[in-house]
This record gives sequence, structure tokens and C-alpha cells, in this order.
Amino acid sequence: MSEIPFEPWWIIAILPEILLIVLAILILTLDLVLPVASRRNLGWVTAGGLGLILILALIFSRPTGEALIWGGMLAQDWLGFTFRMLFLFAAAMTAMFSMDLPRLGNRGEFYVLMLASTLGMMLMASSADLIMLYLAIETTSIPLYVLAGFLTQDDKSTESGFKYLLFGAMTSAIMLYGFSLLYGFAGTTNLYELATRFQQGIVSDATLMGVLLLVLVGFGFKISAVPLHFWAPDVYEGSPTPIAGFLSTASKAAGFAVLLRVFLAVFPALAPYWGAIIAALATATMTLGNLLALAQKNIKRLLAYSSIAHAGYAMIGVVAVSYLGASATVFYLIAYVVTNLAAFGVVAAVGRITGSDEIASYAGISRRSPWIGIAILVSFLSLAGMPPFGGFIVKFVVFAAAVEAGMIWLAVVGVLNSIIGLYYYLTVLKHVYLYRSEDEGKPLPITRPYAVGLVVLILGIILIGTVFAPWITLSGSAAAGLF
Amino acid sequence: MQFPILSIIVFTPIITGILILLIPAERKTEVRVTALAAATFALALSIWAYFGYDIPAGGYQFIEKYSWLPQFGISYHVGIDGMSAPLVLLTGVVMFTGVLISWGLDDRPREFFAFLFILATGVFGVFVALDLFMLFFFYEIAVFPMYLLIAIWGWKETREYAAMKLTLYLFIGSVVALVGALAMYFTSGLGTFDMLQLENAGFSTTFQRVVFPFVFFGFAVLGGIFPFHNWSPDGHVAAPTAVSMFHAGVLMKLGAFAALRVGIMLLPEGAKFHMGWIILLTLVNVVYGAYIAMVQTDFKYVIGFSSVSHMGLVAMGFATLNADGMLGAGVQMFSHGVMTALFFAVVGMVYDRAHTREIPRLGGFRKMMPLVTLAFIIGGLVSMGMPGLSGFIAEFPIFMGVWGTAPWIAIVAAISIVITASYIIRIIGRVFFGQVPEEFEGHITDVTVLDKVALVLLSAILIVVGIYPAIMTPLVESGVNNILRLLGGA
Repeated sequence: MSEIPFEPWWIIAILPEILLIVLAILILTLDLVLPVASRRNLGWVTAGGLGLILILALIFSRPTGEALIWGGMLAQDWLGFTFRMLFLFAAAMTAMFSMDLPRLGNRGEFYVLMLASTLGMMLMASSADLIMLYLAIETTSIPLYVLAGFLTQDDKSTESGFKYLLFGAMTSAIMLYGFSLLYGFAGTTNLYELATRFQQGIVSDATLMGVLLLVLVGFGFKISAVPLHFWAPDVYEGSPTPIAGFLSTASKAAGFAVLLRVFLAVFPALAPYWGAIIAALATATMTLGNLLALAQKNIKRLLAYSSIAHAGYAMIGVVAVSYLGASATVFYLIAYVVTNLAAFGVVAAVGRITGSDEIASYAGISRRSPWIGIAILVSFLSLAGMPPFGGFIVKFVVFAAAVEAGMIWLAVVGVLNSIIGLYYYLTVLKHVYLYRSEDEGKPLPITRPYAVGLVVLILGIILIGTVFAPWITLSGSAAAGLF
Repeated sequence: MQFPILSIIVFTPIITGILILLIPAERKTEVRVTALAAATFALALSIWAYFGYDIPAGGYQFIEKYSWLPQFGISYHVGIDGMSAPLVLLTGVVMFTGVLISWGLDDRPREFFAFLFILATGVFGVFVALDLFMLFFFYEIAVFPMYLLIAIWGWKETREYAAMKLTLYLFIGSVVALVGALAMYFTSGLGTFDMLQLENAGFSTTFQRVVFPFVFFGFAVLGGIFPFHNWSPDGHVAAPTAVSMFHAGVLMKLGAFAALRVGIMLLPEGAKFHMGWIILLTLVNVVYGAYIAMVQTDFKYVIGFSSVSHMGLVAMGFATLNADGMLGAGVQMFSHGVMTALFFAVVGMVYDRAHTREIPRLGGFRKMMPLVTLAFIIGGLVSMGMPGLSGFIAEFPIFMGVWGTAPWIAIVAAISIVITASYIIRIIGRVFFGQVPEEFEGHITDVTVLDKVALVLLSAILIVVGIYPAIMTPLVESGVNNILRLLGGA
């Protein structure tokens, strides 16, 4: 990938980011103008605006080739583009799920912070320079710290925001130290320049591996890989449910976008070393995530551990260090983002009425609202990897990538883990469908934003799970730029 | 382009299932009528497919092939041969009778029929799949509705335990087989999951011998092979009647069929290498299963273990790897499916009225439900392998085949017939004849018309196949020839 002189299409290339800022300003203005009672509608504006940006971007901003733009700061390629679209989608869904939550949905700054964070993620996915990358990661994280602690009257929320901040700041510092060493060795901050310089062997492999480990700390925190997963359950449990969903989907996917680009495009030569490390991490992440999920009584904590486990599955694709592996990871994340958003959406919709996130409080839900029952069924079975839902095909592709790379053992570990996973997902379904509760007679009203969001997501899960070819093509073109 | 009969068979249930979910929950009659209409339609089409199969032409027929995921060489590829055609028919029959028998179900019938139909789509899909990926796809679809059906509508005492046990067993089996299948895909180097092409992949003997056990046992778990049969009686007993019928009648065949299609047909050298000891496991299935059935006091457990025993005969037939054994196994899959569906239907009818399944507490049901008694006796005779009924047509070739490979196994296995006779006759004597216990006096009613229709249909099939085997054996033989071709004309 090479740098080219300024051309007007550079502006079109970052059209989504520009429009995102416009949307944020619009929300801020409307927040001043609108009466308090109707500020909830800012959620519709946010979601609608994001949807519009998504469509416009798909029409105008599709990358035509691969190039470094804006002074080598951003890479214009399908990897970045795919993830950027995914973030827009996730943010739109999160906005809808937040609308009807008290002390959240009617606050303009909530949506603005979320948009700021989305902007950061989009830049993360396409940044091609260490400085840009660091700025993007911080732009993503700082609003998320605030969002996690947004419910200031709620001790758990404040605690979660603070915990997230402390962990985030520490890992970010370690990662920044790694970045500084990379710059010190190579004398450049551009990722693709770095790749060329290191190929000339200016630093020994062992030193470089050490530096990479520092960098991996920061990325591992973002994707909540073991042993940097400690924050996830506490933060998810305390933060507002839609934000927990946003953290576990978009933020995690952003981490993977960076991980893929930095490790596969910049350090392919060291793949045997970091491949082994990430393989070990993937094994630990899957196993620990799933085992700890077994013991959970709170559904948000359960989903937190399950999302740790899913990071492990997605890492299998990275470990394979192949075209198939990288596209498997991208595909996995697409399906995972859609599925997990649905799962958190349901939890938000139910928690809003019942006021509880305990799994026990899900008893009899299918009798109170058959539709919510179906939504839980579809999203949890998709997480478990059952066809005809998205989770099946992506697990299949990820395991296929492992087998192709000659790592049958890793596929077997993944397979065993998905059995554990099935157990606890079914346990939740057992509460939903089987157990009776005294509240069965009470209705479970679903407001319009939840209905719209969940229908879109459920259809998405089934679409991914039955019509595979377009998704694989998309993930394939995203992965193609890495090799 | 020809009429896509198989696709319609496969997708009718799931589409109906989704439509049923859209009907408001309180309109239960509409739910039932829709379900019955769809089941009738699917049955009619499966009868058409069965009789429309051109036996002299052989091979796979009614083929449809569409590209599904070209990057992986995955296609939607369906077709039936002499082995799968009877099983498609069987599924149609069990689905139809299952709906009839579940007519009276009152707790959330909408969800019940929806899940049952999703299950049916999975089953149909596996039987017609000619693509390995597609086979897995539908296989998994068949597994998860089972969990819900048993856990929600099952027998209160054991349903949670049994449903989870069953689901985990089957899931473990299928994912183990999946890893084997992926190994086949990448080793073949053909870049396709199409089983017709993988048949000619020319895997090395070593590869086949290593991978075969994974694939075979992965699927055979669902076929109830010893020592992985443990889930099956618990599952059968805990399940509601229609689900037990589906479960023992069709789902266990799914395992046996997939083990045949993927294990034996794609890895013939592996099959030849391992079958020597696998046949011993099946012998344990047959004899031990029958023996355990004999000592049960719970009516439904007797039938549950008898399924283990009879499915052992299917696996034993496969394990002979010769024409007779395979033919018998093919017919046995159909015959046992219909027979066991009949048994579980009867058990359900008795339990619904008596609220107990303890054999010593039952008695004299002949007086209250004569038709049920007759149906059970027919099923029982099939189970014992009485000539003139389908069980004989199935079991006789199996024993011939086993005799051809290992006579002493045939001799030992024949003991099971005696044991089977003992438990069947004991049930007939205790439950249907004898004195009516006082607690049941006066308030046991006969079964409904719909129940009778189901029982008559099932019994009629057993008799027709028994007295006119030509309706099925030439068809199965054509399927067997195809398998033998892959085994190198053994």
C-alpha cells in the first residue's frame, strides 16, 4: 500500500466520519431546542441518522482499491470499510435500545458520547499510523468510560465506569509504551512503513516479540481476551444494558480490526511466534470464559463471560494466519455483533419492565410475551452455534480455518467449548420456556424501538445463517488486503 | 426443470412452523388444523417421492442442486436413493400421525407444533442431503428443537435432566463428526462438500482408518449405539408422546443413516478395518438392550430399551458390510420406525388415561380400548419378527448377513428374539388382559377417532410391508447396490 498525493475523493472516503460529526452537532442542537418530554426522540434521530449514513456510505464511499490517504494516516481498504459499516449498524441499534431507558434515553449527551465513541472506532478500523491509531483508541475509550458510568445515581454504574477507566488507562499506557518502542526502532509511525523496515531485520525477532507483547496488552484489553478480561463482567453488569451491548460488540470488533491489521499486515514474518501466543490465549479465553459463564446467576454477567468466550473463537481465525482465517474472523465478528446486540437488546427490554437482570427473573417470560421468548431463543441459539442461525456457519468457518492451517487440536478445543456453551445457553432458555413464575399474568410491554431493533436483528441473524455467500465474499475482500 | 419435490418436502414443515407462530396463541384449533394440513401435504409428497422413484434406473433421483456457498464448494444438493426414500416416507408418516396424536395437547400448542415442525425439517433435510455441509446443517436443526420439546412438554419427573442429557450427547457426537468431516474436506483437496464427489476422493487407507471412528461414532450416538445409548431411554421416556414417536421412530434413524452415508460410504476402507469390533458393540446393543427392557417395570422404559435393542440390529446389519445385512438394516430402519411410533403412541394413550406407567398397576385395558390393544399386539408381533409382518422382512436378512460374516454372533443375537418375545407378551398379558384394577374402574375412556386413524395407519403399514415385501425390498436393494459398489463389491 502506498501513499498518494491529495485527491478530492479522499473527502468522500471519510464521508461517514464527516456525517457522523454533523449528526452529533445536530443532536446537540436539538437537545437544546426540544422540550424535555420529547427528547426521547433524539434516539430516533440518532438511529435514523446512522442508518442514513450507512446507506450513503455504502453507495458513495466504497473503497475501489487500496491506498493510504490523508498523509498516510488512514488506509482506504475493505477491511476498514467492513468494520466501519458494522460500527454504524451497532451504534444505530444501541441508540434504539437506549431510548426508553429512564435517565438515559432523554439525555442528548448520551447520544453524542456514543457517536463520538463510534467515530473513534471507525478511525481505529482504518488507521494506518501508530499515532492515528492511538488517538482513535482513546477517542473510542474515553466516551465509553463515561457511558459505562452514566447512571450517576446508581453505585454499580459509577463503579463500573471507574473500573473500566482504571483498567483501560493502564493497558493503554502499556500499549503506548510499545508503540513508542516501535517508533524508536524504526523511525516511522506508519504501519506499512514499519512492516518494510522490520523486514530488513533492523531489530532482532526476540526484541520485536517483546514489544509486540506490550502492544497485545492494549488490544487484548479491547477484545477482553484472558488474562485481560477481568473488567468485562463487572463493567457489563454495572453499565446501562445497551452500553454493555455496545461494549461487547462494536468495541470488541474494533479491537479485532486493529489486531488483524497490526499483526497480519505489519508482522507477518513473526507469525510463528505470535501465532503460538495468540493460540494459547484463544484456548484460555474460550475455556475460561465458558467455564465461568456456567456459574453465573446474572444474565449480564453470563453474557459478559460468553462474550469473552466468543472473543476466543474469533481469535482462532487470527491464529490460522491465512486468508481463510482472517476472513473467518471478520465473518465471525459480523455474525457475533448482530447476535449479541440482539441478546443485549432483549435483556434491556426485559430488564426495563421486570427491573431485574437475574436469570431467575426470566422464568415464564415466554408465557408473558411469546415474541420476546422467540427473540431470546433465536439469539441464544445463535450464540450457541445452532443452525439456521448465524452462529453456526461462522463457527463452522472458523473451525474450518483451524483445520486448514493444520491446527486440528485448536478446532477440537473450540468444539468442546461450544458444548459447554450450549449448556448454559440452554439453561437460560429453560427459564424462559419451562419454569413458571407468579408474574406470568403480568404483561411485558415492548415499546416500538425495541420491536423494530429486535426484528431487524433477528432477521439479520437468520439471513446470515442461511444465505452465506454474500457475507463470505464481503469478509473475504476485507481479508484480502492483509495478504 | 423438474418439480422440486424434495425441496418442498423439506421446507413445508419449517414454513408451516413459522406461519403457526404467527397465529394468535388462543386460537388453538386453527393451529392444529394448519399443522394437520401441512403434515398431510408433506405425507402426500413423500408418498409420491417414494413411489415415483424409478428403481431400475437406480442411483440418486429427484436431484436438485443450487450453489450455496461457492467459496467452500458448498451446495444445496438434494436427492434420494433406495436407502433414503423409505426414510423420507417414514418421516412423513410419523409427522402425520404425531400431529393426530397431539391433537389434545393444551399447553401452548402453537409453540409445540412450531418446534415439532422445525424438527421435521431438520430430519427431512438430513435424509435427502447429498452435500456434507448441508447434512450437518440440517442435523443440527434437528437437535435443538428436541431439547425444548422434551423440556417443556415432557414428563415432569425427568424432563429437565433427560432433555439436557440428550442434547449434550447428540451435540457432542455431531461436533466430533464435524471435525472429521472438515478433515475429509481439506484432505480430499477437491474443495467441495459434495458427497458424490467425495465418494471418489480416493482417501488414503490410513486416513480412512483414523477418521472413520470419529465420523461413525459421532453420528451413531444418535443411532443409540452401545456404549453411547444411555441418553436414549431417558429421552424417550421423558418426551411427550408425539416427540417420543419422532424421537425413537425417526431421529434414531437419522444417526444410523448419517453414520452410513458419511462413515461407511465415504470412508469404506475405514469401515472394513473397524467393523470387526463394531459388530461386537452392536451385539451388546441387541442382547443387553433386550435384557434391560425385560426387567423394566415402567411401560415406557420397556419400549425405550427395546428401541436400543432394535437399533442395534440396524447397526449390526450395516456392520456386516454385505448385501443381506445392509438390505435388512435398510428395511429395519423403516419397519422399526413405524413400529416404535406405534408403541409410543399406545403408551401415551394408556398413560394419558391411567396416569401411571407401572406395569403391575395396569390391567384389562382390552375392555376399554380394544383397537389400541389390537394395534399393540400387531406392533409386538413385528417386534418379535413374526413372519407376515414387516419385522420379519427386516430381521431375517440381517441374521442371514451376520451368519455370512460371523455365525456365532448371529446365534448370540438370536437370543434377543426370545427375550423380546418375553417382554412383549408380558406387557400384552399384564396391561391389556387380566383384571381391571379398581382404581381405573369406570373412568377409563376409549381413544379418540384421530388416535384410531393414526393407529390404523401405522398398523396397516406394518402389515402391508410384511405380506407384500416387494413394495420395499427392491427399492432398498437398489440403494444397497450403490453402497456395495463403494465398498468394492464386497
